[in-house]
Amino acid sequence: MDLDDTPEQAAYRAQTRAWLEEHKSEAPVLRGPGALKDEAEILAARRAWQGRLAEAGLAGVTWPKEYGGQGLGPIEQVLSNQEIARAKVPGILDAIGVGMLGPTIIAHGSEEQKSRYLGPMLHGDEVWCQLFSEPAAGSDLAAVQARARLQDDGSWRLTGQKVWTTNAHFASYGLLLARTDADVPKHKGLTMFIVPMDAEGVTVRGLRQISGEAEFNEVFFDDVALDSGAVVGGVGNGWGTALTTLMFERVTIGLGSEGLGYNSARFAAAIAGDEHARRDPEVRHQLGEIASELLAVRFTGYRTLTALQKGQIPGPEAGLAKVTIVSAAIKAGDLIADVLGPDALLEDSEWAYMISFLPGLKSAGGTEEILRNTVGERVLGLPPEPRLDKGIPFSELRSKEGATV
Amino acid sequence: MNLALSDEQVFLREAARGALSRFKTLEAARAALNGEKDALPDLWAVAKEAGWPGLLIDESHGGAGLDAFDAMLVLGECGRVIAGISLLGHLPATAILNDAPGGAPLLSELASGERRAAYLPVCPPDDLVNEWSVDPAHGSERLPAPSAVSDGAGVRVSGELSFVPDAPGADLLVGVAILDGPRQPGCKPVGVAIEADATGVSVQALQRYDSTRSLGHLSLKDAPATVLDTPAEALAGAWYLAQALIAAESLGSVETALDVSVAYAKERHTFGRAIGSYQAVKHSLTEVLRQLENGRSLLYYAGWARHGGPQEFPLAASAARSVASRALDQAARTMISVHGGIGATWEHDAPLYFRRAQLSRRLLGGTALATDRVAGEVIAEADAA
Repeated sequence: MDLDDTPEQAAYRAQTRAWLEEHKSEAPVLRGPGALKDEAEILAARRAWQGRLAEAGLAGVTWPKEYGGQGLGPIEQVLSNQEIARAKVPGILDAIGVGMLGPTIIAHGSEEQKSRYLGPMLHGDEVWCQLFSEPAAGSDLAAVQARARLQDDGSWRLTGQKVWTTNAHFASYGLLLARTDADVPKHKGLTMFIVPMDAEGVTVRGLRQISGEAEFNEVFFDDVALDSGAVVGGVGNGWGTALTTLMFERVTIGLGSEGLGYNSARFAAAIAGDEHARRDPEVRHQLGEIASELLAVRFTGYRTLTALQKGQIPGPEAGLAKVTIVSAAIKAGDLIADVLGPDALLEDSEWAYMISFLPGLKSAGGTEEILRNTVGERVLGLPPEPRLDKGIPFSELRSKEGATV
Repeated sequence: MNLALSDEQVFLREAARGALSRFKTLEAARAALNGEKDALPDLWAVAKEAGWPGLLIDESHGGAGLDAFDAMLVLGECGRVIAGISLLGHLPATAILNDAPGGAPLLSELASGERRAAYLPVCPPDDLVNEWSVDPAHGSERLPAPSAVSDGAGVRVSGELSFVPDAPGADLLVGVAILDGPRQPGCKPVGVAIEADATGVSVQALQRYDSTRSLGHLSLKDAPATVLDTPAEALAGAWYLAQALIAAESLGSVETALDVSVAYAKERHTFGRAIGSYQAVKHSLTEVLRQLENGRSLLYYAGWARHGGPQEFPLAASAARSVASRALDQAARTMISVHGGIGATWEHDAPLYFRRAQLSRRLLGGTALATDRVAGEVIAEADAA
């Protein structure tokens, strides 16, 4: 048991660190003195920086070489992320594309799609967004209603709405899960599409959250034309394709959880600054519990890495780490605001931002309830809840729910 | 990066599971609660046969030369079947001796298990109180550590220690006393080894709630002791080792409590479905799993830190104790509630785990002290940053 790099990993780390040392002055400054302010400027700078990282082999580390990646393992991806964080420079702009959607296209896309889309995605020239969730399809993702209808000429027409779409307001393309057949059970009538975000009939609207910021969007599709080459992974195979994306999402969350900035050192520093609170037994008790849980998550991450190193894919229990982080951070926000008082809730305070962000994060990437169902069933082997939608064509299901398709 | 068990560690764990499976430890625990004399099997003989008394003693002194994580694996197996085996007291004592260059003459008989040691749990100072302390016999105020006065080549130790695990029947008592103290300027902690049959030593055997735990109130009045040249960090380290060991033992109990509860939730039906299909039941069981997994991760942290990052060992071991103890509380209560009324009856195993949970969280400083220590350590880290 050790936490050290192997000689190969140490060499990779050293090489990565050296490149970052040499080039970090080219990275955009996003915080502190000299930070870029203009949103368009920030975007352009971050795209360019992603391009530099890609050229240096620090983006798409796990992608196969033939698509511009390094063909390395998840360990090297983590080492590269750690070195980027250490150098205090931004990571890639399109983490969703490179981390989840690109790997999905690599797994299921046609050769034309791979050669057309992967390069510009990796280099930040074309940013991608994930068009899966809908107002009535989140935990129950297979209930998506966005409808793509096949035309006589083999093209498609798409109508519907997606929601919680990060980066949609500047994305070039989206990977979209749509229903193509409502007369079969719901998991069977789905198809994955590549959608150009500048197509006629696509409308993106920012979705403001508790914090007041709009990190997500709603995206509307009004009779959008898609050509036959837009299908990824075959008509009717959308569910299997989506599961691939979700698997990569789990890996991303499992390995990137500390990147959220919810760690014991940060919370302890906020308490340590208050002479009274740091001696208060009740405050200490709560801080001790919060810190213990967050330290546990750090080592759960190391366990996940060990599994990946041995070629195993982390299971749904990695999702429990997210439950721990979010609930510990919620407790930390409450504790720190109790200690600091109403000033913690100043709109531009880091704590107000965190406190606002967490209630939504609890549902992001799978609600806590769904995560606990999945873990209970797949890890503990408990029986599933009886389901009322099995084997029933989607159109009948919808009419049972009192809706029309 | 490698947080996986080695083949040797897997073998150690499986061997421990096999050795302990030869005994009906749960039935014995219930019989002991019923007041049956000599109901508990002599598991020290099993420990001797398996080489566990010498786990943390160097090979040159007859031990296995293994580290904290290996010992934690064995304790985890003991916790699974609630085996009272005296390692919680013995192992930290051997760690103090093993780290003392002058402790060698005492080690070989302890390594073989011919003699058994008990650790005198003395908690190191924290960021608020610069004083070594012991658990009180009653109430919440922590009491000063035993004191030592020089007497020729050795010292004489005086003090009271309460609820000392595995003290009854131990041959050697090993721990920390404060030279010319406590509460004197310039006082310093020293490692001490005291023969249990020496003048001035009295051990009052007692039990609380969990029949498998052997505890003792210890009174030392000018008891002659050998001074050990154990470095101060290793004296503090013994406390944290004890925290890590009780954490590992607790998580072993959590594993069984969860396994048994899950099995029952699959087989027991209400309203035409297995109760494990209900979210309320499923989610309470995944909560136990969540806490178990967090605890396991911290066992790796503590197991690594003792030698891999000694300055983090207090934090790692205290965090492991804090999380494991809460996990056992949760697991034991969930075990009872998933089983319904039957889970709260004398015949069921669930109350044995509940009794274990209730007592464990109050020993060795208690869970709350460990949790407070985590806060102290992260605050100190923040000050240093």
